[in-house]
Amino acid sequence: MEKKAINTLPKTPTGIEGFDEITFGGLPTGRPTLICGGAGCGKTLFAMEFLVRGATQFDEPGVFMSFEETKEELVSNVASLGFDLEDLIQKKKIALDHVHIERSEIEETGEYDLEGLFIRLEYAIDSIGAKRVVLDTIESLFAGLPNQLILRAELRRLFRWLKNKGVTALITGERGDGTLTRQGLEEYVSDCVIFLDHRVTEQTSTRRLRVVKYRGTVHGTNEYPFLIDEDGFSVLPVTSLGLRHVVSNDRISSGIPALDKMLEGEGYYRGSTILVSGTAGVGKTSMAAHFAEAACKRGERVLYFCFEESPNQLMRNMLSIGIDLGNWQQKGLLQFQATRPTFYGLEMHLAVTHKTVKAFKPDIVIFDPINTFAANDTEIEVKAMLMRIVDFLKANQITAMFTSLTSNRCVADSSDIGLSSLIDTYIMLRNIEFNGERNRGLYVLKSRGMANSNQIREFILTDKGVELREVYIGAKGVLTGSARIAQEASEYAELLIHQKDIERRKHEIVLKRKALEAQIDALQADFESVESEAIELIEMEQDKIERLKRNKAEMAKSRRVEIEDITSNNLKI
Amino acid sequence: MNPMSTDIKVKEVNQADTENDDMWVLRLYIAGQTPKAITALKNLKEICEVQLKGKFTIEVVDLLENPQLGAEDQILALPTLVRKLPVPVRKIIGDLSNTERVLVGLDLLPVR
Repeated sequence: MEKKAINTLPKTPTGIEGFDEITFGGLPTGRPTLICGGAGCGKTLFAMEFLVRGATQFDEPGVFMSFEETKEELVSNVASLGFDLEDLIQKKKIALDHVHIERSEIEETGEYDLEGLFIRLEYAIDSIGAKRVVLDTIESLFAGLPNQLILRAELRRLFRWLKNKGVTALITGERGDGTLTRQGLEEYVSDCVIFLDHRVTEQTSTRRLRVVKYRGTVHGTNEYPFLIDEDGFSVLPVTSLGLRHVVSNDRISSGIPALDKMLEGEGYYRGSTILVSGTAGVGKTSMAAHFAEAACKRGERVLYFCFEESPNQLMRNMLSIGIDLGNWQQKGLLQFQATRPTFYGLEMHLAVTHKTVKAFKPDIVIFDPINTFAANDTEIEVKAMLMRIVDFLKANQITAMFTSLTSNRCVADSSDIGLSSLIDTYIMLRNIEFNGERNRGLYVLKSRGMANSNQIREFILTDKGVELREVYIGAKGVLTGSARIAQEASEYAELLIHQKDIERRKHEIVLKRKALEAQIDALQADFESVESEAIELIEMEQDKIERLKRNKAEMAKSRRVEIEDITSNNLKI
Repeated sequence: MNPMSTDIKVKEVNQADTENDDMWVLRLYIAGQTPKAITALKNLKEICEVQLKGKFTIEVVDLLENPQLGAEDQILALPTLVRKLPVPVRKIIGDLSNTERVLVGLDLLPVR
């Protein structure tokens, strides 16, 4: 029962992107929250956005009590974020009260209290029915009022009073030396403390937010990067996405048929992360352009982050290998986002990525190249950022392709910012120097969840795009380029010789057959002549026998002698 | 309604005096009849009687009745005494029990 009560601790959503996620709902309802940090870290803005979003999105009017900036300053400051404070004030959604304290104008002459502040606050709250209150920065009182004993007692009373009033209050405090706030406000506001930080490393600034404590509820404890841009505050709780994204069995073409063949003939998995890594000038961008073109042809949307080339230069270069990206850009399927990595910090890049991806809703995102980030940040940070990007894209089923430049001496997988473990399909492009020339080789280092080819292919850029050729592996090793062409030529020549040989042999057989047939004909003719001669002789002899018989019979007739047939008994013919 | 209201609206001035440049306009902000408020008013009256006999106005503003005046006149601590005239505007906080500081605050005594 008690546990349930803790879980249902009422929370007031701030409407600030990401913040409600890390606090699982927002700020504690009806309690004061302390937000502290150094100068320029965004405390006032956070507070103001809390009020404006409350007024516009959650129908909770709010009071902004400023101890530093005047009403006019505040209105113009937040106008740059698209908040129309004047309008909200007129609609009685927001009340602004600037408390002006001037040390030189104040003379202490005895006992006093801060009831005036209470009355002003109460009047402001009641005049618009406020649910939210911001005190920015109440520590200014310490500069204005000399009697700290009274002040501290009154502050304690104020926070108690705010709780009783049931308003969700946000109190800002300047960061102190070794303490969260200069005047130890955390002593009074102990339900929820948020810390904002603004760090500059290697000339680029990064803003970070941390929930130091949040009584009675779970919350994300990490330092979360946040940014302030024209849409206000956004906290990036991307790491909280975890590894629970849905996976797809859908396959998409790489745009290079021969490469698809190396990947089970079907290409990449949808929603997977692909890394194309290689040394300078091996054609990483060309591969990315192929991938982009193939996606556009399928009618999918592609978001292309180029960090080294301008979109126009990229499009011109890709035209030389027969890929017209400009066409797809005009059709609105392809969007370029070109910024130098050094232009802003990693978190800002991450946030820009988030924002553009959310706005454009692409199916495929290409980052070309990623390793320039490593130039101005440490590897661990770059990896953390890329992990967030990968997680974010995977959660949205977006296929991501990264290109990465490696130095020539680097071994394949030691490079690339230790990114390999995040990558599903890892394609290496390598320069193969042999025989006095440089050629490109491609192989699939790994591809999760498929039986990828283990073969090295020669990678050729033609005016019709990328082509992959099988390489020759012989006694001299892997042959590419002109060596491969020479090998091809010599094999062709050999083939020709063999073919000639076969034809010659075939011809010989024909000739032999003809010769033998002629011989057979001659013998036959010989035989026929001998045979006919013999038959003639036989006939002549038979004629003779007939004649003899006839003569004998005639003689007997003349002699009247009965004679027996001499032919059958005595004469042998 | 307010038992002290008749006492509080102290206007010891005549028509001629209001036109006088030396006229002092003092306003005391309080929130209800707290002990501090009563002490402050008593102290103020005593000081004025001594220092500004016949040329001062004291107006008492109860913020519980007119809370919007708190923001308009930038009142924070209570009680607060504001010297509206002569200019420049001066603010004195507290129950006015330290007479010397009140005089300094009102520019009636040079700072030593």
